[in-house]
Amino acid sequence: MEQTLSNVPNGQSVLVQKVAISALRVKLMEMGIVEGKQLKVLYRAPFGDPIAIDVEGYVLSLRIDEAELINVESIDKLT
Amino acid sequence: MLTGMRQHVGNFPGVTVDKKSGSFTDGDNKYDLIDFPGTYSIYPRSKDEQVVYDNLCISTSVDHPDAVVVVVDAANLERNLLLFSQVYDLHLPTMMVLNMTDLAQRKEIKIDKEELQKIFPEAIIVESNARIKAGKERIIDGLKSLKKRSSLNFVDTKLAAVDDYHAQEVETKERFKKIKSALSNIQKVSNTKPSMSKLDRILVHPILGYIIFAFVLIVIFQFIYSFASIPMDLIDGSFAYLSSWTASHLPPGVFTDLLTQGIIPGIGGVVIFIPQIALLFFFIGILEETGYLSRVVFIMDRIMRPLGLNGKSVVPLMSSVACAIPGVMAARTISDWKERLTTILVAPLMSCSARIPVYTLLIAIVIPQQTVFGFMNIQGLVLFGLYALGTVSALLVALVLKGLIKTKDKGFLLLEIPSYKMPRWGNLGLSVWEKVRVFVVDAGKIILAISIILWALATYGPSDSIEKAGIAAKQEAKELNLNKEETNNLVASAKLEHSFIGILGKTIEPAIKPLGYDWKIGISLITSFAAREVFVGSMATIYAVQDDGESNLPLIEKMRREKRKDGTPVYSLAAGLSLMVFYVFAMMCMATLAVVKRETNSWKWPLIQVGYMGVLAYFGALITYIIAS
Repeated sequence: MEQTLSNVPNGQSVLVQKVAISALRVKLMEMGIVEGKQLKVLYRAPFGDPIAIDVEGYVLSLRIDEAELINVESIDKLT
Repeated sequence: MLTGMRQHVGNFPGVTVDKKSGSFTDGDNKYDLIDFPGTYSIYPRSKDEQVVYDNLCISTSVDHPDAVVVVVDAANLERNLLLFSQVYDLHLPTMMVLNMTDLAQRKEIKIDKEELQKIFPEAIIVESNARIKAGKERIIDGLKSLKKRSSLNFVDTKLAAVDDYHAQEVETKERFKKIKSALSNIQKVSNTKPSMSKLDRILVHPILGYIIFAFVLIVIFQFIYSFASIPMDLIDGSFAYLSSWTASHLPPGVFTDLLTQGIIPGIGGVVIFIPQIALLFFFIGILEETGYLSRVVFIMDRIMRPLGLNGKSVVPLMSSVACAIPGVMAARTISDWKERLTTILVAPLMSCSARIPVYTLLIAIVIPQQTVFGFMNIQGLVLFGLYALGTVSALLVALVLKGLIKTKDKGFLLLEIPSYKMPRWGNLGLSVWEKVRVFVVDAGKIILAISIILWALATYGPSDSIEKAGIAAKQEAKELNLNKEETNNLVASAKLEHSFIGILGKTIEPAIKPLGYDWKIGISLITSFAAREVFVGSMATIYAVQDDGESNLPLIEKMRREKRKDGTPVYSLAAGLSLMVFYVFAMMCMATLAVVKRETNSWKWPLIQVGYMGVLAYFGALITYIIAS
C-alpha cells in the first residue's frame, strides 16, 4: 500500500518518493518538495487539516488534499 | 532594502500586494528601486506573482529593470537559489544579497561565498543583515560594480510559458539537481530541525487558538474605533471649517458653491477614511510581521473551505469590518481565482464603519434605551445583531457562490509558516503609507467625482423649479417668524425637494413604499451611493436641521416627530428596522465598486455585486417590514 503524506502521524519523518502529476506539481517542487527530500510532519490544525510539515529547515502548511499528492516512504523502514 | 523596504522572502504577502518603489542617489548616480512582491519562482501562480513575471521576463514592460537584486534568505538557501538561478538566466546584470538573518545564525549555517560565486560566476554576491541594517555600503558598492552579462547560463533551458507546467517542471527539476549538487560545497549546516514551539501549541490549539484569535480581533477593533475617532473628528471639523471659510471669502456663485459644497466635502469624504485604513493595516501589519497571521490562516482554512473560501479570506473579511476597500485589495494574496472572487464579492456584506453613523442614528430613533436580562442594552444588542446579520449573510452568500462560479482549477493553500519575529517598525510604516496612498489615489478620484455629480443633482432642478421653491420657502419662513438660521435650513430643504435628486426620490417612492419608506428616505438612499454615512447629512438637510456632525439630537427629535398623513409615525419600529436591514445588505458605496472593478478587471463583477446585494437589501427590508409591522 502506497503511503501519502496525508496520513503520516505527527512527529514522523518521511522521504518523498513521488509527487503525483497535477497542476500543483511544479508549485510543490518550487517549494522544495522533490523526490528524495526528507519531510517531517510537525502538527495539524484543528479538525486535522491543514497540516504543517518541516521541509529541511522551514515550515510549510498544506491541505490534506495537497498532501495526498505526495507519495512518501517512512524512514524507519529503511533503517 | 536600501530605501528601508524589504523583499518578501516568504509567500505570505498579506499586506504587500502592490509594488513599492523608492530611489536613492550615490554621487552622480541615481538609482530607482522597485520592490516586487515575494515569490518562490518567476513562474506565477497568483496575481501578485504575475507582477514579477511580467516585469522581469517581458522586456517591453513599464518596469522592466536594468538590473536585478535578489535577496536570498541564507536560512533557506536551496529554495531561494531556485528563484535566483531563474533570474540569473534572464541575463540581466544580477546581484545576490545573501541575507544572513539572525535566524540563519541561530541555526548556525555557514555559507562559503566563494563556492557560491563559482556556480554563479557573473553575479555580484554580497552579505547583509537587513534586520539590523548591516551591509548597506556593501550593497551600494555592489550595485556600482554590476556589469553587462554574457549569455552564460546556470542551466540550458529556455524560459517556459506561464501555462506550460510540463516545461516548468522539467526546468525546475534540473535546477534543483544542480543546486543540490553544488550545495554540499557551499553550505555547512549543523542540523537543527524545527519542531512545534510552545507558542504554536497554544496559538493553533483547537480551542485556545480560536479564543485567542477572537480576542485579538476584539482588541484591534476596540483600538481602531477608539483611536480613529479622534483624527476623524478633526478631519471632519477642518473640512467643514475650510468650506465655510472659503464660502465667506469668495464671491457667491456657482463656482464657489461647487468648491464649498462639492469639491471640499468630496475631498473630506476621502480623507476621513485614512485614519481607519491606516490603523487597520498597521495592526494587520503587526500580525503579519510577527508571523501570527500565518497561524490564523492555518487554523481558519478548514472552516472557510466548505464556504468556497480560503484561510487567507479571513484577512480581507476582517478588514472589511473597517472598510471594504482595503478588504477587497487584500484579497489579492489568494492565489485561487474562484476563492479570491468569492471573497471580493462577499466582503462588502461585512458591516463597515461607514454604516455606523446610519445604524446609530436609526437605533437612537426607533429602539428604546432599555436594559434586558439585567445588563444587556437593547440598543447595543440591535447593533450587534446588524453586524452578525452582515457576517452570516457574507458566509451564506459565499456558500451559494461556491455552487455558481465554475472553474476547472482547484484551490490550494501551500503557505509557509514563518518563525516568530519582532515586527520591523520602519517596514510597517512604509506598508501603511503605501496602502493609504493607493486608496487616496485610486478610490479617491472616484469618490470625488461622484460627490461632485451628486452635488450637481442636489443643487440643480428642471428649469426654475428650485428658485421658485426657494422663494416660496422664504415666504413661508417669514410668515412663521423664523430666525435667520431656521430660514436658511427651510430654504435648503425646499430646494433639495425640488432638485433632480428630490424628483428622483419621489419617482422611486412607489418602489420603496412597501419597505415602509417615504420619498425623503428615497432621497437619502440615492445620495448614500457616494458613501453610506452621507445618509445622515442628507436627512439633516431634508429635515432642515443644522447637521453639526457630532450629536444628532435635533435631527433625531425631528425624525421621531415625523408623521404620515394618517398620523402614524414615519419612523416606526418596523420602518426603522427595515431601513437598518437595507443598509446591512445594499451595495451603497461607489468607491468599493470602483476598487472591485480594478481588482477583477471588468465591470461584470461589480455590476453583479450591485445586483445581488440590491436584491438582498430590497427583499430583506421588505420581509423585515412585514414581520415587524
